[in-house]
Amino acid sequence: MVQSGCKKMLEIRWHGRGGQGSVTAAEILATAAINEGKYSQAFAAFGPERRGAPVLAFTRIDDNEILLRTQIYEPDIVVVLDHHLSEGDDVGEGLKNGGIIVLNSTYPPEKYAKKFPNARRVATVDATGIAIKELGTPVTNTAILGALVKATGIVKLESVEEVIRERIKTHSEKNVAAVRSAFAETKIFDREGHE
Amino acid sequence: MRKLKGWKEIPIGAMIVEPGSSVEFEVSSWRTFKPVFDKKKCTKCGMCWIFCPEGAINLNKDGTYDVNLSFCKGCGICQRACAVKAITMVKEG
Amino acid sequence: MKRVGLSGNYAVAYAAKMADVDLIAAYPITPQTPIVEKLSEFVANGELEAEYINVESEHSALSACVGASLTGARVFTATSSQGLAYMHEVLFMASGLRTPIVMANVNRALSTPLNIWNDHSDAMAERDSGWIQLWVTSAQEAFDATLEAFKIAEEVLLPVMVNLDGFILSHTYEPVVLPDESLVREFVPPKPMLNRVSPKFAYSIGVVGPPEIYYEMKYQVVDAIENSRHKIKEIDKEFGNKFGREYKFVNEYMMEDADYALVTMGALTGTAKVVVNALRKEGEKVGVVSIRCFRPFPKEDLVALLEGVKGVGVMDRAVMPGGPSNPLFADIATALYGSSRRPLLQNFVAGLGGRDVSVEEFKAMFGLVKDVVREGRPRSCIYVGLRE
Repeated sequence: MVQSGCKKMLEIRWHGRGGQGSVTAAEILATAAINEGKYSQAFAAFGPERRGAPVLAFTRIDDNEILLRTQIYEPDIVVVLDHHLSEGDDVGEGLKNGGIIVLNSTYPPEKYAKKFPNARRVATVDATGIAIKELGTPVTNTAILGALVKATGIVKLESVEEVIRERIKTHSEKNVAAVRSAFAETKIFDREGHE
Repeated sequence: MRKLKGWKEIPIGAMIVEPGSSVEFEVSSWRTFKPVFDKKKCTKCGMCWIFCPEGAINLNKDGTYDVNLSFCKGCGICQRACAVKAITMVKEG
Repeated sequence: MKRVGLSGNYAVAYAAKMADVDLIAAYPITPQTPIVEKLSEFVANGELEAEYINVESEHSALSACVGASLTGARVFTATSSQGLAYMHEVLFMASGLRTPIVMANVNRALSTPLNIWNDHSDAMAERDSGWIQLWVTSAQEAFDATLEAFKIAEEVLLPVMVNLDGFILSHTYEPVVLPDESLVREFVPPKPMLNRVSPKFAYSIGVVGPPEIYYEMKYQVVDAIENSRHKIKEIDKEFGNKFGREYKFVNEYMMEDADYALVTMGALTGTAKVVVNALRKEGEKVGVVSIRCFRPFPKEDLVALLEGVKGVGVMDRAVMPGGPSNPLFADIATALYGSSRRPLLQNFVAGLGGRDVSVEEFKAMFGLVKDVVREGRPRSCIYVGLRE
């Protein structure tokens, strides 16, 4: 189980589409970790950005200063913001053996157990549904953050909420509600034989 | 020939720090002709003042113009600029 | 003092704001844009009392800064890549006119092909413009260097360019310690500048320098930047005393007993340090030297660090097509020319146009440095990660 008081560096890769807020999610997580006194880095693989195009973002979290400036090739955790991308094959690329994958999906996590053999834990949440319900728009980044916190305990839920309130000026409470309901609704599958 | 200043003596930033240093450069010896102003014909339009490349034209209190001969090189541009032919170029000496 | 998560760009914007700049003139360009967005926000919401001049180009941006600086205002601008290239002729005027302008240059590759990503070709192309160049490796350093830059610029009357790697630093959120604004104001108090134009004092500026005087005036810039070294060191020390972080001209890592070293500049220094840690565990005596102050070039510091080392790799992130080597290597080779104990030098080029430089590639560079020492002579420049 990933604990908030991490001993080694954790690398997280975010998959989303332009407009879903993947980069913002990576930055909110990093800021939450920094506010908890940790070291963190959030960055993205920037390209010719446009709405709907696949987006990659990254977060590193460590107790010590992070010097590494490469992209993340073998993430400990993969987070997928888009329900179509969750069905694709490439989101699991390079996932470390014993890693965790958090998917935006209406299906139970067991469905993906075979597809991501490296994952020790698979978590799913209907982030699109939650986002539409809470925000009225399918911007899934805050909902998926709730699922990530539930699945990993990487930072405290309150830390994420605090950053959202500070950073998202309009509808911050709606986004906090999205985080909370995703946290409550996330379903987790743990593979046996992994510790 | 006067001695040129070394790099330590020159003000930094390519600035000329003494205002109005062009006053040092008298050009009266360059002249063959000098402008003579006819105040009666002058319409006070100021075209001579605008066109003078040396800034040698002065404005009189009554609104007419005159020349400071220390800085007039005798080019005759003021004569060409004057629409009412109030300026005549006259040979020096 | 507070510890916050900020991108490199925002760290720069906060530094300019805390330095209480009087005027900002800048034109947005990726990846610099968030700097000027944040600063214009500060001006618009009243957090920063400054003139923000919207200009139609980088040429105008720097020209506006030159004019404002000549009146004694504290000015700031920021750009990247094509924008810096567009400033080219005005860069030389800024140094020639001795205007203490501070500019953040968010390093990005130059076209063609069009590329918004990071390398060092933009700043290298302006290396001889008479600007002091600082290079940073983190968002914290970007903040700190920007503050130091104002003080350095105003003390030595030369413009200062703070270089931060595009995206790798500009768009990466990481922890930044923001000092109290009152402490910052103590460090960079408003400075009345001599020889500045005002309605009371008329000077002629931008005059012609004929052959009888141009040479002397150009030499003044050469002398000023040469002699800025002790001032830069003094200001860095003062910064260290006040804020607890000191950077020096070069940052050395594990160099005490190093047989092999890599010289870097910018954010990728961090990855090089991670690789040094890994290689040290395997028993390799390796180290990293990162150049923080590129202009004036830290000749003496580098010679002291690199003399006696067996092999030194120099990682360039820009090319000098048709040249004898690439820019950083050329400078280091020149600095070491007079030394009888100079190491074997090997030039590398890596990470052009934003290409990631991996841990494995850094390991390979250290391995190659060892190889060329064994072979007894350097190879021609090695282009790391280039597909055949």
